[in-house]
Amino acid sequence: MEPTISTLIELRDALRRGELTSVAATQAMLDRIVAIDNTIRSYLTVTDEMALEMAATADRRRAEGEDTPLLGVPVAVKDLLCLAGAPTTAGSKILENFISPYNAHAVDRLIEAGAVILGKTNTDEFAMGSSTESSAFFTTRNPWDTERVPGGSSGGSAAAVAAGLAYGALGTDTGGSVRQPASFCGLVGMRPTYGRISRWGVIAYASSLDQVGPMGQTAADTAALLSVIAGYDPRDSTSLDTPVPDYEAALTGDIRGLRVGVPHEFFIEGIDTEVEAAVRAAIEQIARLGAEIIEISIPHTRYGLPIYYLIASAEAGANLARYDGTRFGERVTGSDVIDTVERTRALFGPEVKRRIMLGSYALSAGYYDQYYGRALKARELIRENFRQAFETVDVIAAPTCPTTAFKIGERVDDPLTMYLNDMLTLPLNLSTGCGLSTPCGFDSKGLPIGLQLIGGPLQEATILNVAHAYEQTQPRRKPELALGDIA
Amino acid sequence: MLQKYEPVIGLEIHAELMTQSKMFCGCRVVDSVEAEPNTAVCPVCLGMPGMLPVVNRRAVDFALLVALALNCEVQSNNIFARKNYFYPDLAKGYQISQYEFPIGLRGYLDITLSDGTIKRIGIRRVHMEEDTGKLTHLSDGSLVDFNRSGVALLEIVSDPDIRSGEEARAYAMRIRQILRYLRVNTGDMEKGVLRIEPNISIRPRGAEAFGTRVELKNLNSFRALADGTDFELDRQAALLDSGGRVIQETRGWHDARRETFSQRSKEEAEDYRYFTDPDLPPLYIDEAWIESARIALPELPQAKEARYRDEFGLSDYEASVLAEDRAVAEWFDAAVAGKGAGASPKTLANWILNDLFRLMNERGRSIDTLPVTPAALVALLGQVEQGTINQTTAREVLAEMMDSGRDPSSIIESRGLAQISDEAALTSIIDTIIAGNPGPVANYLGGKENLLGWFVGQVMRETKGRANPAVVNELLRTRLERERM
Ligand SMILES: [Zn+2]
Repeated sequence: MEPTISTLIELRDALRRGELTSVAATQAMLDRIVAIDNTIRSYLTVTDEMALEMAATADRRRAEGEDTPLLGVPVAVKDLLCLAGAPTTAGSKILENFISPYNAHAVDRLIEAGAVILGKTNTDEFAMGSSTESSAFFTTRNPWDTERVPGGSSGGSAAAVAAGLAYGALGTDTGGSVRQPASFCGLVGMRPTYGRISRWGVIAYASSLDQVGPMGQTAADTAALLSVIAGYDPRDSTSLDTPVPDYEAALTGDIRGLRVGVPHEFFIEGIDTEVEAAVRAAIEQIARLGAEIIEISIPHTRYGLPIYYLIASAEAGANLARYDGTRFGERVTGSDVIDTVERTRALFGPEVKRRIMLGSYALSAGYYDQYYGRALKARELIRENFRQAFETVDVIAAPTCPTTAFKIGERVDDPLTMYLNDMLTLPLNLSTGCGLSTPCGFDSKGLPIGLQLIGGPLQEATILNVAHAYEQTQPRRKPELALGDIA
Repeated sequence: MLQKYEPVIGLEIHAELMTQSKMFCGCRVVDSVEAEPNTAVCPVCLGMPGMLPVVNRRAVDFALLVALALNCEVQSNNIFARKNYFYPDLAKGYQISQYEFPIGLRGYLDITLSDGTIKRIGIRRVHMEEDTGKLTHLSDGSLVDFNRSGVALLEIVSDPDIRSGEEARAYAMRIRQILRYLRVNTGDMEKGVLRIEPNISIRPRGAEAFGTRVELKNLNSFRALADGTDFELDRQAALLDSGGRVIQETRGWHDARRETFSQRSKEEAEDYRYFTDPDLPPLYIDEAWIESARIALPELPQAKEARYRDEFGLSDYEASVLAEDRAVAEWFDAAVAGKGAGASPKTLANWILNDLFRLMNERGRSIDTLPVTPAALVALLGQVEQGTINQTTAREVLAEMMDSGRDPSSIIESRGLAQISDEAALTSIIDTIIAGNPGPVANYLGGKENLLGWFVGQVMRETKGRANPAVVNELLRTRLERERM
């Protein structure tokens, strides 16, 4: 029962042509989830009833002659985005039974566009992690090798799309949480410009860095999702009030004359040689498509990691203070108010506690200037680095991650090595641009490698077009194990 | 006692802003005493996951008015910060406030002390923030009402320039008056929409260093503020005199026992870990915005008082009573502006302060529900000026105007209250009186000229008080002189 249609665009076109119904496509996905997600474990909640209702509605609308950008297309949503009437856990025990009364703005946009929401995908607790191993519920497996992590924190979304359990998905990217799992799972995953997508209804981790991002099998799938979820929302004061281009229409495949910068700092010591080779080969391919390759420098790249962890943790410490069991979510009743709050907060996992502690420390009296204050200043240096780079190039090309997917359990006891995994993705979050990861081959273990393309502010169409042009020159491959399971 | 020590007092005043909706969400602002708990709440002010704040521009308008009224330097770059602390009534676990970049800095307010001297109190800062919920402790647990959570709040922090309970009260009353003038706060301390917290310390006279300060809370009246402050000054002085030391703490005021008591010790300064709220970009207040606020700024009470005194010749007392409430002052101003050939500002002030206020008290009317317009009072006094009615009749007419809202001329006409100034009519009445009272006439002619008043009284009785007294006087005198011949 393997769906013969694998990309979101292919499905959308088939639905438009009336070759199949949304109910059929949705049911096929739900059946496939039942068949293989006990192995992959990408979904925390499958909203099957809701999905079939949405699919039936989509078919009815279609029969009445309506068409909307994602009418009848089944997609998945990271469990950090609120979906009204369904559990929204953020991968945490503290929200285990929280049923959101509202939709995230991005979810609203998906539903308005006619998409069918299949369910909520696994995430590291409050998006704090790079492997889904910090999820309070379970670890998602990489469809390319189920002994390995799918990446994180949007690992559930990435695994679901890679395993053919959704035609596309939304994740969130605070330090690389869309691009890194996209890289590990062989997908296109984008972190749009901060403010391009409203954060309304997205459970906050680090507010100045969080951004919703789409994931798809192809650049076109990703562009279709982005076109739907991007746009101004007055409920988010950081939302950008600028017009949304037609990202799909921007995929001309013509990148002649485009200036592509390659920052040597992104080819860090310790980078996997196979990763480096694949990324350099991809850049050569991009050159062959007519782009001009320019060596550039983002000198402050190496400070990205400490800056990121100071800023993100400081913001997280404040953002997570609301989970006290008073108004919503879990409450562990103690002897008095303080005891109740303490017991309730004990439900946070170790990674979350670690970052709350780090963040509180970075902001505390006497340390603010030394840590948080300094991180803010250093962040400006990184922004300036990127701004200068984009004076001479249109796009920056680099590896998404220093390695391919690592084994489950391999790094859990070593937070620092785990953090290093985000070395190449988080500089972008500290800047004001956008970025994506697109597949650029495999290592000798058969694991996908990701090419990172970074653009300046609101240059989503440009980087999607580079990904699209490059994609046309590459063979498509799907994870065999996952497909084998449902033969 | 306080000859030895110098009191150093600064006031923090929290004022809820009377906006329609809350500071960062669309919830309406309700009366915290009357509304059912948790009926004016939404996911934003409950601090639910993924919810985001949006600044209420109206609240900024209000804050801007206050900053200007308190002579502050308005900061164009307004940054909202998160003040992190735990309390069950604080929905998000942090309060959105302003820290390094508040809306107003370095202002001042002049207060008048009881001996008439003017003292300038520095305003350190004025900043916007959101209110918290309200906690009620019961025997078997605690209840939280989030109706107040997220209501726009203004914090006004004075410099430590205040030296006594009396000064504290004069300052706080002025602030309250200004807030009410600006129509941004009702000033209702009982309901907690205005909360005043003095920081009180003493130091040996001549000393540079400040003493340890105590923060005083639950002051729900100006009297409590003055008495609580004085009590605290005495307590600290007695403590130091007896070789003790003041500890840094928050003390409450016990209204019934008239004393302060320890609530919370603050040996270590609380660390609020302030940082810029990443959910709110800097709010830029440009010159045009400031200018439009300046235009919207009404004449403030001090300016009104000065004008009433200096231009209209009113006493300090009259000026301050008329200026106390903006609606009364504006009523008075409208009457003065419309007076034309009628009464002087001084006469209008007398009528308002005596007759109008008395009638308002008797009828339970406020200035906002007054059926008498300033123009109607001016018209009434015009009738007195022209001699159509006398003062006594005018009081009667004003009473009727309060009841019916009718204009004075129609009341005078329908009730036939106009004075008789017609000489022919008055002469015939005078003739009759003189003819019927030969005794008094003889006495008058015999030298008892003060009997003139008696004759006037007789004419008044005949005319039911409507005779024009000036005309009657003149006619009587001439007529009596004729009797002599
Ligand atoms: Zn609200």
